[in-house]
Amino acid sequence: MKRLCIVLVTLPCFFVHGFEIVIDRGVDTLAPIAVVPFRVQENATDVTSVVTSDLSSSGQFRPIDEANMLSIPSTASDVRYQDWRVLGVEYVIVGTVFIDGLGLLVAQFEVVDINQEQVLLTAQVKGTVDDPRAIAHHVSDEAFRAITGVPGAFSTKVAYVLVENRTTINERHSLMVADFDGNRAVSKVSSSQPILSPAWSPDGTKLAYVSFEAGGSAIYVMDLASGDVRQVASYEGINSAPSFSPDGTQIAMVLSRDGNPDVYTAELATGVIRRITDNRAIDTEPVWENSGESLLFTSDRGGSPQIYRVNLNNLRVLRLTFEGSYNARPRVMPDNENFIFVHRSATGFHIAWRDLEGNRAARILSSNVLDESPSVSPNGVMMMYSTKSGRNGILSIVSVDGEVEYKLTASSGDVIEPAWSPYLPLRTTIVKL
Amino acid sequence: MTYLKKCAWVVLLLSFSVLTACASHTGCGTPAEEAPIEVTAPDQPAEPTEVRDDEPDVSVVEEAPDFLQLLDGSLVAVSADGNVIRSTFRFDYDEAEIAGGDLRVLQEHAQRLNRNRGQSVAIEGHCDERGTREYNLALGERRAMAVQDYLLANGVRPSQMTTRSFGEERPVDTGTDESAWAKNRRVELVYE
Repeated sequence: MKRLCIVLVTLPCFFVHGFEIVIDRGVDTLAPIAVVPFRVQENATDVTSVVTSDLSSSGQFRPIDEANMLSIPSTASDVRYQDWRVLGVEYVIVGTVFIDGLGLLVAQFEVVDINQEQVLLTAQVKGTVDDPRAIAHHVSDEAFRAITGVPGAFSTKVAYVLVENRTTINERHSLMVADFDGNRAVSKVSSSQPILSPAWSPDGTKLAYVSFEAGGSAIYVMDLASGDVRQVASYEGINSAPSFSPDGTQIAMVLSRDGNPDVYTAELATGVIRRITDNRAIDTEPVWENSGESLLFTSDRGGSPQIYRVNLNNLRVLRLTFEGSYNARPRVMPDNENFIFVHRSATGFHIAWRDLEGNRAARILSSNVLDESPSVSPNGVMMMYSTKSGRNGILSIVSVDGEVEYKLTASSGDVIEPAWSPYLPLRTTIVKL
Repeated sequence: MTYLKKCAWVVLLLSFSVLTACASHTGCGTPAEEAPIEVTAPDQPAEPTEVRDDEPDVSVVEEAPDFLQLLDGSLVAVSADGNVIRSTFRFDYDEAEIAGGDLRVLQEHAQRLNRNRGQSVAIEGHCDERGTREYNLALGERRAMAVQDYLLANGVRPSQMTTRSFGEERPVDTGTDESAWAKNRRVELVYE
């Protein structure tokens, strides 16, 4: 655990639609960067604040305050390296936003490496004028990639469940989809009955989820573009914990129709169901490994909930976790070498991660009392989970190295069950210059 | 909907018929010995089991009902002395074992279901918020199944029972302490 250098960064918080983003902890070892306010031409909309927020939330960078900048260049050729070196800034992002001849909003930007005195990227991102956030996220994605070599995941979405007026007659459960930072939230399904376990299809076009709308639990798949909903499992007992296979053709899920909760897979095209586990214990929370050859799942067959892996070819089961009395809800990291899960320690339920091969000890990433539902960004850099603040559930984003944490607090209601989307098709375009 | 509110209605509705029926009988509180329910004609005196045939009790005007519909439409099991029979059963953390003191109460429910084969009951399992949601969904079902198994052992037919788990999604107390959690770890019998 390299937590020695943690300092609390008291940066100002900023509000977005329905959410408040607060930097909860940060470190002074993050690379200082400067997102210089973009030059805004005529009626164009500025994107600087969103780019700054994105890069800050990545857990890799510490953007400096505009007030401390010695100059405000808008092109790489205007960047005076000395102005940034004295501030310790390692990378500078400069740019201009304007509306082009076709009426599109354009962000032209450059990423400059101050130490190497080198322009890493010059590019234009274009999109419709009504969607400046999409353009800003795309700029962030490309700037992040130019500096780190890893694609940014700022254009991704998060699905989650919003519960309002809990325990009252007006109780409402809504399946929401928003930008990864909680912005631009849209309700996809709303019900007086609980909704659980949203899961993205690998192409990002569908969401599977559990709803109690029909009385007991049932699994549904929604096509996000059309809004069409299809019921995929509604047997007697539990129908829950859907997880799309990496190729999108199957869903792993939990059914208790044969007596108690076991893991099954279903082919979406044919509806053919295959039983994967057959044990008197609780088997639940299946999730595919990226190869598609095995599932990770939670079982209390050993006396306490622990994480197991089942090979889908021979159905052999292997126990993966041994530390502590409660390890559950695994999610495989994009590298297919590590997984994150909920771990109970003496101080509560936390998010932890470790390797699939069991060579390293589990490492704890979160420090609240009731942390659950971890979900990883598709680039493997950030992780989102839900926790409790007072009586309400809130979302938290933490860098996978555990060093930077953001809280997304909804203005009303309980926010639970975040599911980070895969990379999604973009409506903006990029031209590298 | 609170338990107290239900009680108030039942007391109101039953204060005449049942309380008078019980007034002179010590046996009303021991439902195991109650007679099978019948619709008693108004001109026939009811005969609680405790009353021997050679000791007709003229003060009894009506047999106590096994179930009563409250004004909100919900159906509750009532004891012979006119009280709602408790239909919520609590559990220890991560456990699905029925508490010893709850067995007798469940027997009372079983007796009423056995006397009324057309009556069905939903057995709903719930958990506190600790632990993962999907695991709790399974744990809630395990609790509901434990209750179902016990009712089955006491003669209730499978066709009368359905189990549902709501996991941790339907708390009765949204607090984050042991007193709230204890209330939320429960099975509820819902007559429908």
